[in-house]
Amino acid sequence: MSADTTVSVTGWGRTAPTAARLIRPATYEEAAAAVRECGARGGIPRGLGRAYGDAAQNAGGAVFDMTGLDRIHAIDADGGTVLCDAGVSLHRLMEVLLPLGWFVPVTPGTRYVTVGGAIGADIHGKNHHVSGSFSRHVLAFELLTADGGIRTVTPGTPLFDATAGGMGLTGVILTATVRLHPVETALMTVDTERATDLDDLMARLTATDHRYRYSVAWIDLLARGAATGRAVLTRGDHAPLDALPKGARARRDPLAFRTSRFPAAPASLPEGLLSRTTVGLFNEVWYRKAPRAQKGRLQRIASFFHPLDGVPHWNRIYGRGGFVQYQFVVGYGREDTLRRIVRRISEHRCPSFLAVLKRFGDADPGWLSFPVPGWTLALDIPAGLPGLGAFLDELDEEVAAAGGRVYLAKDSRLRPDLLAAMYPRLDDFRALRAELDPRGVFTSDLSRRLTL
Amino acid sequence: MKDAFGIPQSLLVLGGTSEIALATARRLVARRTRTVWLAGRPSPALEQAAAGLRALGAEVRTVAFDALDPESHEAVLGKVFAESDIDLVLLAFGILGDQAHDEREPVSAVRVAQTNYTGAVSAGLVSAAALQAQGHGSLVVLSSVAGERARRANFIYGSSKAGLDAFAQGLGDALHGTGVHVMVVRPGFVRSRMTAGLEEAPLATTPEAVATAIELGLRRRSETVWVPGALRLVMSAVRHLPRAVFRRLPV
Repeated sequence: MSADTTVSVTGWGRTAPTAARLIRPATYEEAAAAVRECGARGGIPRGLGRAYGDAAQNAGGAVFDMTGLDRIHAIDADGGTVLCDAGVSLHRLMEVLLPLGWFVPVTPGTRYVTVGGAIGADIHGKNHHVSGSFSRHVLAFELLTADGGIRTVTPGTPLFDATAGGMGLTGVILTATVRLHPVETALMTVDTERATDLDDLMARLTATDHRYRYSVAWIDLLARGAATGRAVLTRGDHAPLDALPKGARARRDPLAFRTSRFPAAPASLPEGLLSRTTVGLFNEVWYRKAPRAQKGRLQRIASFFHPLDGVPHWNRIYGRGGFVQYQFVVGYGREDTLRRIVRRISEHRCPSFLAVLKRFGDADPGWLSFPVPGWTLALDIPAGLPGLGAFLDELDEEVAAAGGRVYLAKDSRLRPDLLAAMYPRLDDFRALRAELDPRGVFTSDLSRRLTL
Repeated sequence: MKDAFGIPQSLLVLGGTSEIALATARRLVARRTRTVWLAGRPSPALEQAAAGLRALGAEVRTVAFDALDPESHEAVLGKVFAESDIDLVLLAFGILGDQAHDEREPVSAVRVAQTNYTGAVSAGLVSAAALQAQGHGSLVVLSSVAGERARRANFIYGSSKAGLDAFAQGLGDALHGTGVHVMVVRPGFVRSRMTAGLEEAPLATTPEAVATAIELGLRRRSETVWVPGALRLVMSAVRHLPRAVFRRLPV
């Protein structure tokens, strides 16, 4: 085990840094020892640090960096399952599994998340309306609990439902068995179309989403007036082998996983680079350059799912002040709330160039799992935007009043008293933690802030 | 814990009747702050301050604290930190003294120095250690432009603030990288009880304006905040004036 070092830790949004001892276990025994010896201020597992807020930091305590435990133990290439350590990234899984004709069941907008983090945040992807969230595809995992013991946890048990979406607060996931999705190629067939405003967008998504495995809409939240909510829809599925043109390079090696990599964002960028003007300009160009309607374009997995992964440290473009991700969901039938919030965001002139709208399908049983059937909107905003805190508080009120919720993996600022309204199983979660971990060994800045 | 905008959930005010501190507390309570500790000498004013914040919805407790009794600081503040994390410590106690009187009565002058400087050294170090142990938090120190350059009219007060300011800057450097943030706030002339009856200086400001600047500084994790901001430039010029010229200025 590496020597303990006290480091300043933040989430991907780079706000609210706190100091913790970083421990990087290389074996399960070291992980168990780290949990047993983590001290009065507890510890929290951390993967690749892509949670935007404070979920994987623990001020004054320990942070268990799980990326040292990254072995893939077994792949069932016939049945389509993988057994691996929790510290394995989805990127690594894609590298290994794609040549065998398998893909991860669910991927978020980045492949640099670990399997443990994917379960802890119960991540969702562009296929949620078809496939649900990540935990639906988890057949079992091993959990290191506060007493230092290791339990095998399977779906349908309270411990599974508390851990899926439980933000690492029930224990440290050591290994997981995940069911995979079969693919014939490493390419996607993609349909693109433009929507002129929010109502047009919602109508298109409602009418045709079921035809696509993957679906997402990039939405221009700086557009106002009649264009409010104009968007570019990108939807598709894994390309079958016969969709590749004969004689093409891809045809010879259809399962090759290719990624592109641009230079990293510089470490220090001025504040206010992403202003209303620059983002407005970007959005205009982005909207205009999208085809009005295009069918069946072939695209690499990396560019379809993870366009930002090509730019290492892209979170630096927000400057020293960092940024806030705001993602909420409101159920079907609450389109009025969605319309009102979109209008308010565009009136507030939030310079957001990564705003995404999609439809969720059925929820999974995780008690603090985020997705519920409905509309989800995600956007990022520079934390330095004046009045942003109060503005987002007002949006929270609207979301909660509509029976919706915000996503804990992205949260860094929710008012604690709204949490119970958003997550009705919160009391069950607290009760299970009180029993499983009475001393509060697993503690994070998120759990302190929201009294999880 | 502080949120993404640096707004604390729990606040400890050292100098619980300070108008600037209370204006800041009101502002923070309107956002995320739910728990407030007001530390000060027990008095009706302290209880009244607590009642005012309670009316805004905060859970407020008062604690007997005397800047002039550094020996007690460890025990008194230790108890507060033992209860729960403190996200923000606002070091706001201080007295102006009466320059003419204090020049004649050195013992009174020493009291100004002991309150504003010695007391702050002790309370600041005790707070800093506790914040460092919890791995997060901000220490906001109310300094003054008076500490930037001593002037004839209030050099006793000014020298005590100069000491405090230098101490707080050094403390901030010492705590860099520990998760603890130290912010020095240098207001100009603030219209308040402390300055009642004094002739107003140019660029005079209010406790509310200082509170606004503190909230902004927390969000930006600033190390130094001038209120109003224009004083940064003004004082930079004043500091470099030759003594002979400065002496003759009507300040």
